[in-house]
Amino acid sequence: MSANSPSIDERLVHKKFPAITRHRLALYCGASGDHNPIHVDLDFAKAAGFPDVFSHGMLVMGYLGQALTDAVAPSRIRSFSTRFAAITQLGAKLTCEGVVTELMEQGGEKRVKLALTTKDQNGEVKLAGEAVIAV
Amino acid sequence: MADQSAVGRMFTPVTARVEPGRLRFFLDTLGERNPVYRNEAAPVPPTYLFCLEMMDAPDAFEFLNALDIDLARVLHGEQRFDYHAPVVVGDTLTFRSRVESVTDKKGGAMTLIVVETAVTNQNGAHVADTSRTIVVRNARPS
Repeated sequence: MSANSPSIDERLVHKKFPAITRHRLALYCGASGDHNPIHVDLDFAKAAGFPDVFSHGMLVMGYLGQALTDAVAPSRIRSFSTRFAAITQLGAKLTCEGVVTELMEQGGEKRVKLALTTKDQNGEVKLAGEAVIAV
Repeated sequence: MADQSAVGRMFTPVTARVEPGRLRFFLDTLGERNPVYRNEAAPVPPTYLFCLEMMDAPDAFEFLNALDIDLARVLHGEQRFDYHAPVVVGDTLTFRSRVESVTDKKGGAMTLIVVETAVTNQNGAHVADTSRTIVVRNARPS
């Protein structure tokens, strides 16, 4: 890991996660406080027009955050944002990546901007975001 | 359905404590093994502020209910965190949320609602700002 002297296009973040299960969604419902039944109750999801339950966006962002803090201490993250580009289905095996896109100086410290993505096993982008970290 | 009148609307402040047991449940759920999170006075993971606000809100979906939005029609569009100071286990945080914008998209088929939240700790320090964009799938006009 070279987070102390990163270079443009360097991939600082890379992590794969196991397939998302119904059990994981049930646990995340309790662990996150997001009790929206659309993620755990098949009847509710169908009534809302979806073929099945699907992942909380914030579970997927949680995985992306985990991949990020495997590479960068939490105290060095200045911002972290994402767009939820597509629904993450059951069974999705996610890969999170982060590539350096910009070196800058802000607030009197050296920082880098990372472009972040989360894709499923088919390469479909689920999350596209960025983080700014102090180096 | 939400309209421009919702902009500027504020909601009941939420106070939440960063409890080690609840945090451990979150870490285990995500298969998080990073030792940085397992110490006393450990930092919280980058998305955990979102959870704390929902867990300790008297009504986790207050703003949806207040704006008469059906939970079944809501998707999460975007999420942003700006961190100003560390948040660690044992902290007590206060979340103050405000509707920043309401924007119709696709000829009214969707409405985007941006809610911004300022987070302060037990010492009054402004530790973070968060911003969430909610996508409402509107019913087709009959």
